[in-house]
Amino acid sequence: MTITRTVEGLKNGTVIDHIPAGQGLRILRLFKLAELGERVNVGFNLSSRHMGAKDLIKVENVELTEAQANELALFAPKATVNVIRDSEVVKKHKLAMPATIEGIFACPNSNCISHVEPVDSFFYVSEQTNDIKLKCKYCEKGFSKDIVTAVE
Amino acid sequence: MANPLFRKHILSIPDFSREELELIVDTAARLKASPRDDLLQGRLIASCFFEPSTRTRLSFETAIQRLGGRVIGFDNASNTSTKKGETLSDSIRIISSYADAIVMRHHKEGAARLASEFSEVPVINGGDGANQHPSQTLLDLFTIRETQGTLEGLSLAFVGDLKYGRTVHSLAQALSLFGCRFYFVGPEALAMPDYICEMLAERGVSYTLAETIEEVIPEVDVLYMTRVQKERFDEADYQKIQGRFVLREDMLKGARDNMKILHPLPRVDEIETAVDASPHAYYFEQAKNGVFARQALLSLVLNETV
Ligand SMILES: [Zn+2]
Repeated sequence: MTITRTVEGLKNGTVIDHIPAGQGLRILRLFKLAELGERVNVGFNLSSRHMGAKDLIKVENVELTEAQANELALFAPKATVNVIRDSEVVKKHKLAMPATIEGIFACPNSNCISHVEPVDSFFYVSEQTNDIKLKCKYCEKGFSKDIVTAVE
Repeated sequence: MANPLFRKHILSIPDFSREELELIVDTAARLKASPRDDLLQGRLIASCFFEPSTRTRLSFETAIQRLGGRVIGFDNASNTSTKKGETLSDSIRIISSYADAIVMRHHKEGAARLASEFSEVPVINGGDGANQHPSQTLLDLFTIRETQGTLEGLSLAFVGDLKYGRTVHSLAQALSLFGCRFYFVGPEALAMPDYICEMLAERGVSYTLAETIEEVIPEVDVLYMTRVQKERFDEADYQKIQGRFVLREDMLKGARDNMKILHPLPRVDEIETAVDASPHAYYFEQAKNGVFARQALLSLVLNETV
């Protein structure tokens, strides 16, 4: 199947759409998308038929991998991540909850060794009935997703 | 075939299978019944106490020397390069090039797991902050098996500080693999944390919250006492609960013959000294078992077969 729909203003890169309004800036910062040296277009509080308001991020010349896209699932589970080549969508990532998440969020436990040693943070992700739990590999403490993603 | 713990790190109780826990307990029992002085012959163990703990350190170092091994190390971090700002990962890289295994204690949670990622030799966790202290749990398991003949299907009550007491958390994690049932007795403010209760529920382990020590005594095989620290409460709240989680000799009348009282020590006033003479009291024997549990760990980690 050839997907021919073009994406306005983006020849090559990745479009992250349907981000809950207010999360766009955090995604930009946590995934360091603005530090890649590529042009980034962002839209905040755009109108969306399904979501009311949404944020949108377009990064030129960067193709997010499946694993990177899945890390978005934690705070924007309904986001769509499309990879564009020559103005065509060549890959639509289906976001799945990752089994682990590494180097993105700091451990909320201030006495965790991961804060003072040259290692990436590392959480095991488990989905529970009403919540997503992240468990730090080092201090073994478990946290609700909202606590981990709120750590600056 | 090498035993499953050969050259493995000993970091945290949830890392172990039921069979591995049984292997450690069996080995401790064998070493207690017939002591060996050769299992660490020619081995050099680094005993690295970044945080001081005289009791744990002496117990490990006794275990090492009794097995014929030798020890290098330090009993606090004040004169080491840590003080000068060296990271734990760098310290461990160096120390692991000197020794055959590292026993370590550190005040930060996760320190032992982190060390294991930088070490060329097995790391044995002697306590990492409020997280894990697996050799304490293993000596508890060994003591329970020694007094009850089995770990399977026992009833245990945990009394006192169930919130901050890492020993009760790890012990509950371990015993949940053996179909035990639990009674939790303590002030509401110091209740068992959610993550332990969730783990028990996931594993289909039943537990009961009880108000008093008296009501659980006739029901249990093991009464595991811990200390309720005054500092956890303001004065008014402490008055309300003071004395409620203290074990007195007269409470033991309805106890089963096989019931044993354990306590990780040091005890302050949560067990009356009159209880010490009771046939149910076993906490001093329990403390002695620490050396055998640690001997078992070290022997298994450093020998293909024991
Ligand atoms: Zn942590």
